[in-house]
Order: sequence, then C-alpha cells, then structure tokens
Amino acid sequence: MNLHEYQSKELLAQKGVAIPRGSVCYEPLEAVIAARQLKTDKVVLKAQVHSGGRGKGGGVAVLSLADDIRSRAAEILGKRLVTNQTGPEGKPVSGLLVEEVIPIDQEIYVGVVLDRISGKVTVMASPEGGMEIETLAREAPEKIFTVAAHPVRGLSPFQARQLAYRLSEDKAVARQLEKVITVLYDIFVEYDCSLVEINPLIVSGGKVVALDAKVNLDDNALFRHPELEKLRDRSQEDSLELSARMDGLSYIRLDGDIGCIVNGAGLAMATLDLISLHGGSPANFLDVGGGASEQAVADAMSILLDDKRVKVVFINIFGGILRCDVLARGVIRATRERGLQLPVVARIEGTNIEEGRRLFEESGLSIAMIPSLDDAAKLVVEKAAAC
Amino acid sequence: MAILVNKESRVICQGITGRNGTFHSLACRDYGTKMVGGVTPGKEGETVDGIPVFNTVWKAVRETGADVSIIFIPAAHARDPILEAVDAGIQVIVCITEGIPPLDTASALHTVRNEGRRLIGPNTPGVISPGEKCKVGIMPGYIHKPGPVGVISRSGTLTYEVVDQLTRNGVGQSTCLGLGGDPVVGLSFIDCLKMFRDDPETEAVVLIGEIGGSAEEQAAEFIKREFNKPVAAYVAGRGAPPGKRMGHAGAIISGGSGTAQSKIQALTGVGVTVVDNIAQVGAVVRKMLG
Repeated sequence: MNLHEYQSKELLAQKGVAIPRGSVCYEPLEAVIAARQLKTDKVVLKAQVHSGGRGKGGGVAVLSLADDIRSRAAEILGKRLVTNQTGPEGKPVSGLLVEEVIPIDQEIYVGVVLDRISGKVTVMASPEGGMEIETLAREAPEKIFTVAAHPVRGLSPFQARQLAYRLSEDKAVARQLEKVITVLYDIFVEYDCSLVEINPLIVSGGKVVALDAKVNLDDNALFRHPELEKLRDRSQEDSLELSARMDGLSYIRLDGDIGCIVNGAGLAMATLDLISLHGGSPANFLDVGGGASEQAVADAMSILLDDKRVKVVFINIFGGILRCDVLARGVIRATRERGLQLPVVARIEGTNIEEGRRLFEESGLSIAMIPSLDDAAKLVVEKAAAC
Repeated sequence: MAILVNKESRVICQGITGRNGTFHSLACRDYGTKMVGGVTPGKEGETVDGIPVFNTVWKAVRETGADVSIIFIPAAHARDPILEAVDAGIQVIVCITEGIPPLDTASALHTVRNEGRRLIGPNTPGVISPGEKCKVGIMPGYIHKPGPVGVISRSGTLTYEVVDQLTRNGVGQSTCLGLGGDPVVGLSFIDCLKMFRDDPETEAVVLIGEIGGSAEEQAAEFIKREFNKPVAAYVAGRGAPPGKRMGHAGAIISGGSGTAQSKIQALTGVGVTVVDNIAQVGAVVRKMLG
C-alpha cells in the first residue's frame, strides 16, 4: 500500500523532519487561498497521485501569486494524470499539494529498503539527488553510498553520521542529515515499509528540507498497522485488483483479450508468457492460489465474464490438491450466475479429471479440455483471433 | 544422496494440528518421509493419526531426534516458530507460510544464518528428494521420479509443471526445492547450486526463476565461476508490467530492475540453456543430458 506525498511528509514532520510549508487542497479556490496564505513569491502546485514522473506529465506547476492559480489548479485537479509510470489510462488526481517554493542549494537522495540478498534494512544516499535513483544506479553507481543496519541492533548513530558526512562536510548540515536518515530508518522499521524515500532532500540556506517524500507500506504487514489503513486511497488503485485481493485472488489487468485463470503465481506468469509466445494477448494475470476452492474459481470466472474485453478464457491448472470436479463446478456456477458464456480452453492436471470432464460435458458449455499445455495455448490464441 | 533431506531425515511439523499441517504431514508420511512428530503448544499427548504431538520443539527434538521441521503457522506469528526450531537444534527448516512480513523473515534469517542452519522459504512448496522417498512440503509426490537432475525454483505450481515434464521425458530428479516467492528468503539459488555441485548424484540443474530482485543474475555469476554441470533455466514474467506485484510478494519489477529480460540475458551469457517455451523444458533437458 502506497502513501501520497503529503501523507508521507506528514509522517516525516511528526518525527521532526523539516518539510516545506503548505497544505493539501481539493478545490481550485482552496488552492488560491492556500497559496496566498503562504506569503511567498512563488508557490508550487503538486498533483497528489501514487506515481512518480508527475512533473513531466503536467502534474506539477510553479506559479507566482500574479499568475492564474485558480485555473491551473482546476486544470490539474480535474484530469487523470498520465505519467510514464501510470500506464495510458493515468490516475485521478486526489488532491493538490500547495507549497512554498524555497531556493535549492543542494539536492540529495536518501532512501531505505530491505535488501533482498542480505536481508538487512539498508539506507542508500547520494549527493546527486533530484534524479531517478535507478538512472543513477545505472550510470554512476559509485555516487550511491549505502549502510546496512544490523538486524538486531538496528541503525547505529555512527552509521547515520557516516552517511551524513559523506553527503555534506558542513557540520550544521550533516547533523540535520543524520537526523533525517535516522527518522527514515525508524519509519521503515516502525511501519513495516517496503520503501521510504526522500528525493530530493534539499539544503536551502543551511536548512535541510524534504522536498518530496515517498512511503510504501509492505502489504504483508498491514494487518499489524490497522491505523494506517485509513490512509489508503482507493482511487489510486485498480478497483478490480483491490476487490480480487479481498477475495483471496491475485488479479492484474493487462491489455489483451484472452482471460486467464491459473493456480500459482509462477505458473500464471508462465502461462501469460506462453500465450504471448504463440502470438496471443492476455487480458489479465490471475492466480487463484495453489489449492483453489470452488468459490475462488467461481470468483475468478466471474471477473473474466464481467470483463468485456475477454473473448476466450484459458484455464491452466496444475494441482495435486485441486480437484478437477471442484474446478468444473466453480466455472459452471459462475457461468450460470452471469447468464452468459465465453469459450473456454482448459488444460488441467490434477485429481478427479474424469469427474471434471463429465461435469463440463453435461453442462453444455463450450469447453475444450486439452492435456498438452502447448496445444492448449495455441488453441486459445486461435480461438481469440477467430472471434 | 540428494541434498538437504534424505531417507534419514527425521521430520516434525510445527502446526500439525491445524488443517493444512495435518493434511500435509500425513501426505508426506504416505510418500515415505519419516514424520516423527508435531508441535502445537498445549496439545501434547494428542496424536495425529499416530504421529505424536508435543508442546514445544525442544520436547519434540528430545523425544524424537528430529532434525528437520516443516512449519504451517499463520503469517502473523510465523517468526517465532522459526526461532524456536533453530534454538531446539533443527538443521533444516521448511517454512510453507505465505504472507510473512519481510522484516520478520529478515530477523529470523539472521538467527538461522548465525547458527549455520538452513531455512527453505518462506512461501515455499518445500523440498523433495524422490530417490530417498523423502518429501517435506506440499508438492504432489506422484509427479516426481528419482534421477540425476536438481531443480531449484522460486515457484510452486510452476515447479510441478517442470518436474512433471522432466518425469514424462524420462528425466528423474535428485532433489527439487522451492526457494519461496517472497522477496527475502533463506536458501538462495547459489546456496543450492553449491550443494548440487558437491552432490555426486546430481548431473545437471534446472533453475526456475521469475521477475523481481537479482537472484538469477547472482546465480549466473556463480555458475560462471564455480559450477560446471549443465544448467537449463526458465524465467517467468517476460510480459509482466513494471511496478506490479505478480502474485508472489517478491515478483515485482521496480525501478527498471528485476526484469525477466535482464535475468535471461545474465543466464544466457554464462552458458545456461534458457528455454523460451515453458512447455518444452522437459524435452530440452532430456536433450541436454544426451
């Protein structure tokens, strides 16, 4: 679960990190009032969406008080913002952060992640802030400094200090940096984050300020942070993906017309790859879980039946535990409930295959059961092309 | 001989009285595994179809000499059982549980590594050595057959797909294991490659990777330097959109890294036979073994 910039900044500010003065607005007039109250020469309007690349997408505007703040605010608030990270459909703008513009003397990057290989919470920092960290990692990795926190002792003060003095030799600045680094680490661990990042963290007239902030919470740990659930912004998530997750399914919308139901994430990804290899285009990734129940299968089938783009359904199930009659019942039930049909190609390895086959045959539905995975994939691509 | 688990392994199940714990403990025993006990606090004295239940892992190890444990405990409470198993002297811990907060896993892993034990998973289907009739996991036993190929996978059902193909192509398996679908896991590709390298029964290895992280790239480096047996690989997720968690918590392309393409490139670059069509892995490996 991701937080907005303004929410992330609030978390930082609560822990003593300096952020620019500003407030979140939801109406153009609010933005005008907020801008005036800042009493600065220039203000910045920042679209609040769960995405980077907002500037290039037209979601960030620097204006003076003489400019038409109201129109610009209306323009940003009113549209779906498309960035290089949102996909072509973009995301709705949930709010507008109106902030003072402050001079930038230095831009720094600081981020905290859990390193997958070492299993240690790792702080990364670079004196080349403001640009994409991934670009920096590719082009100038020597400019990224890291320290790994001890799994039991945590981040020691000397580690934060070490990073801080590599970022700035100015004692006053380094002390502030040390504090920020410590706060980022604390937030990461306290809230079970997957990423906490300030890019850029700026030095402005000797003061260290977080110009942007990103806090991503790890989904697996949300259960122990119920108070953070209220920070969720559903408008920023695909509603179908969210509701599928609530039903215990993993669903990701893709661009094509072949609906997929698979048990197991790796097999589901491999199924999509196989369809593409044979010239088809998957409409979705959908993992019903290793030991899918009739309900899970019915829910999955319903999602596909409701998706108007889907022309054919490909079911690929490999499970010693999953019974094929359970699968058949789930598919048939969803189809009956929706009152409509889609041609189905099914490749099923499991127990009770004959029973499943019998149920499908008796249902009168158009279901081709193909034992060979390759042949099944080729067939489903053919059928989709023929529709 | 196989790696990690063999016919001498004495296995307990932490969480044995839960539905999954019971079902799979009995399935493992049916396969031939020495399931010597289970642990559920407060239920000592009970049995699960004859398998004795103990209150603590300490007691279970004392009474049964267990050296392997399989854990079926819900994600919110799964860190402690891993620590308990290490403390009681268990050598190989298989954590089936999905959904454990990564910081919990990282914390447990620190202790596991410090004590020189092995954690398989979490979020793994487990490990099986067919020639030793030892299954510690939830995989269907019937698709496996003994033979010379080691299988290391980040997946569950995709592993079964590959193993099934290998078996149908007459290629048996020495040991198959799932590393787990989480971002932070115990044993890595490299850890397992080292073991397979030193296992005289294993003549070749199949790697099953997926998007997210850099484990495959690291494995490629290791293969180049220190692994001479033939390797085939399949990497899932060529078509995955960036930034989306594809089912597994660890299967996510972030900031441009962790793509299938980068992994395939790294593996191909060191001489690994990367298979494009998942349905052909079995045939490719059979040909590779000649």
